[in-house]
Amino acid sequence: MTWVHDLAILTRGAGITAIIAVISTLLGAAIAFIVGVARVEGGPVVARIALFYIEFMRGTPLLVKLFWLYYALPLIGVSLDPFTTGIVGLSLNIGAYGAEVVRGGLQSVPDVQIEAARALNFSRRYTLLHITLPQTVIEMMPAFGNLAVQNLKDTALVSLISIADLTFRAQQLRNITLDSARIYTLTLLGYFVMALVLSAVMRFLEHKARRGAAFPRGMQQ
Amino acid sequence: MNPPLIRFTDVNKRFGPLTVLDRFNFAVQPGEKVTLIGPSGSGKSTVLRILMTLEPFQEGTLTLGDLSYHEPNGRGPFMASDKHLRDLRKNVGMVFQSFNLFPHMSVLRNIVEAPIAVLDMRRDAAEARALELLRLVGLLDKRDQFPSQLSGGQQQRVAIARAMAMRPRVLLFDEPTSALDPQLVGEVLGVIRTLAHEHDLTMLLVTHEMRFAREISDRVCFFAAGRIVEQGTPERIFSSPEQPRTQEFLKSVLTGQG
Amino acid sequence: MMYGFTYDTSSRLAYALSILPILGIGLIVTLEAAVAGFVFALVLGLAWSLLRRSRIRAVSWGAACIVEFIRDTPLLIQLFFLYYVLPDYGVILPAFLTGVLALGLQYSAYTSEVYRGGFDAVPREQWEAATALNLSRFRIYRDIVIPQTIPRIAPAMGNYAVSMLKETPVLSVVTVLDMLNLANMIGDRTFEYLVPLSLVGLIFPIMTTLCSVGIHALERILPKAGVALR
Ligand SMILES: Nc1ncnc2c1ncn2[C@@H]1O[C@H](COP(=O)(O)OP(=O)(O)OP(=O)(O)O)[C@@H](O)[C@H]1O
Ligand SMILES: [Mg+2]
Repeated sequence: MTWVHDLAILTRGAGITAIIAVISTLLGAAIAFIVGVARVEGGPVVARIALFYIEFMRGTPLLVKLFWLYYALPLIGVSLDPFTTGIVGLSLNIGAYGAEVVRGGLQSVPDVQIEAARALNFSRRYTLLHITLPQTVIEMMPAFGNLAVQNLKDTALVSLISIADLTFRAQQLRNITLDSARIYTLTLLGYFVMALVLSAVMRFLEHKARRGAAFPRGMQQ
Repeated sequence: MNPPLIRFTDVNKRFGPLTVLDRFNFAVQPGEKVTLIGPSGSGKSTVLRILMTLEPFQEGTLTLGDLSYHEPNGRGPFMASDKHLRDLRKNVGMVFQSFNLFPHMSVLRNIVEAPIAVLDMRRDAAEARALELLRLVGLLDKRDQFPSQLSGGQQQRVAIARAMAMRPRVLLFDEPTSALDPQLVGEVLGVIRTLAHEHDLTMLLVTHEMRFAREISDRVCFFAAGRIVEQGTPERIFSSPEQPRTQEFLKSVLTGQG
Repeated sequence: MMYGFTYDTSSRLAYALSILPILGIGLIVTLEAAVAGFVFALVLGLAWSLLRRSRIRAVSWGAACIVEFIRDTPLLIQLFFLYYVLPDYGVILPAFLTGVLALGLQYSAYTSEVYRGGFDAVPREQWEAATALNLSRFRIYRDIVIPQTIPRIAPAMGNYAVSMLKETPVLSVVTVLDMLNLANMIGDRTFEYLVPLSLVGLIFPIMTTLCSVGIHALERILPKAGVALR
């Protein structure tokens, strides 16, 4: 009876956790590509701004960033609701780590590939979009998979800015039931299952991408 | 004599403290087939890479037709805008020692990609041209393969077709057979030989294949320490080199080749 | 007033300067937690990696599962688990110690991976040579394998140490008086969070940069051939 009740509440929290994780991972990926490309391809000023962003975001604790957005930002006139704050904080954070992955991937493409593209008179933009990125994006996927799981775990912190995610619900239940062992065990299992699912999805995507790259449509073996 | 298509005038090229080209002077006529030979590190690749705008140079002038490599108000390492560099590259193609095909594209796409994206050719026209070139290099049946599925010699033949698809006026070859197993060298040289018959195509070839150089070139230039020490018709350079360094170099390579 | 320091709210700069000493006290707690937590992570991670190499299937498999579970679940919940569940079983620890245990537990999952990579990289011949000398397994690890592994794993361990430093603010949630907790308390009392939280946000990148510099220096002085444990 209580099990069912507790599970229902935790599941509702887990749904919020999943939504936040998915949105912030996707936004983070977008940031990662923009900043990572700016870091490698940007002129001296743009590349330096990108570097600063990456270093600063990776140098500060996520919880400090979330609290800063939540408590300090309104004092300079920008008030975001908790959900937006959480998404913004998580995306900015994981995006910086992702940008390093993108940078590493782009720099791993051999220089001779870029020279060959230049010899064929491709523009820099075209070279990036059609020559370098496609060659390396698959190699980035395992690292992106790890970051996605990292980000999922990081979402637990948004409970501290009053978002009713899985962790938040667990805290509520514990305060009511005082059965800490059961509630937290269930919560840990909840995160574990979500992480396993997320890893599996990322591995599936990587697998599909590899298949797609090796056997494109229209090719006869 | 026609005005030269390519003219290096007192070009200096340095990598940090190392001077690679030292007041380098060199001119190439339209349609001429020129082979560059010389010891390792003498600057042969550097000449080709400068022509391909892969390397900037410090002083001197270089012209291609009526285009100068330095723009009057150009900036950056190349002293030229991106647009100007792209105008230059329109005229030049390059075949690399390591082929450098795009691994994620099929053979056909490797060839049609640039004509479509850069020359705005229609896909069907680009593909028709690509198939023509694939027939020329004898790889029509490989059109849907990927580079990793081809031998080195086949990859290099695709790379030649890819460069030719851009209809360059000047085609640069930097040791196109050096990375190949000996039994694959012949098929690539065969393709280059065919291209050498194209009257309008200007070719600059760096190679250690002396017999081949002798056969196809109008002129052979011997490089040492960033300068052309001796140049002339293949017959003259190979049978009666005047400079002691040329004699020494030829002796060392020709004994190796039997 | 906190720890005997008064807040001077006459201007932002004065305010920042007046609370810096308070944050400094919190920073010491933060650093203590990170150091203690990482030492624990190094020890526990080594234990996991050795268990994973056990010849008994059930042991190696069990260790692998535990490590995976720890790695895939949030530090915050692990912290709550230890903080609220241990007392139910009669284990009452100060919040700081609970925090250190949670940090060490979470990062033991990461360090065990690093050890594993390091052990795998020791050439087979070294194991065979040691076995041929009839050394016990304990001695093989202590005198042959681990010393050779240390310079190889040092960079990755260093990176995790810096990561852990950045996760210590989570301990503020269970009442540890670290830098973030003090900043929040100052904010609660002055209704001005911007300056204290921004200061914390600036002090951390400075700390992590200093740590990275220190770690690079350490990597340089570590002999490439290995570090003898005795
Ligand atoms: N990117 C670079 N940075 C520094 N030095 C370089 C660079 N590229 C070439 N060099 C140097 O410039 C000199 C000329 O190089 P180049 O590649 O033109 O010689 P090469 O005649 O083609 O020799 P090889 O027969 O070995 O290909 C060499 O001493 C080389 O080490
Ligand atoms: Mg060369």
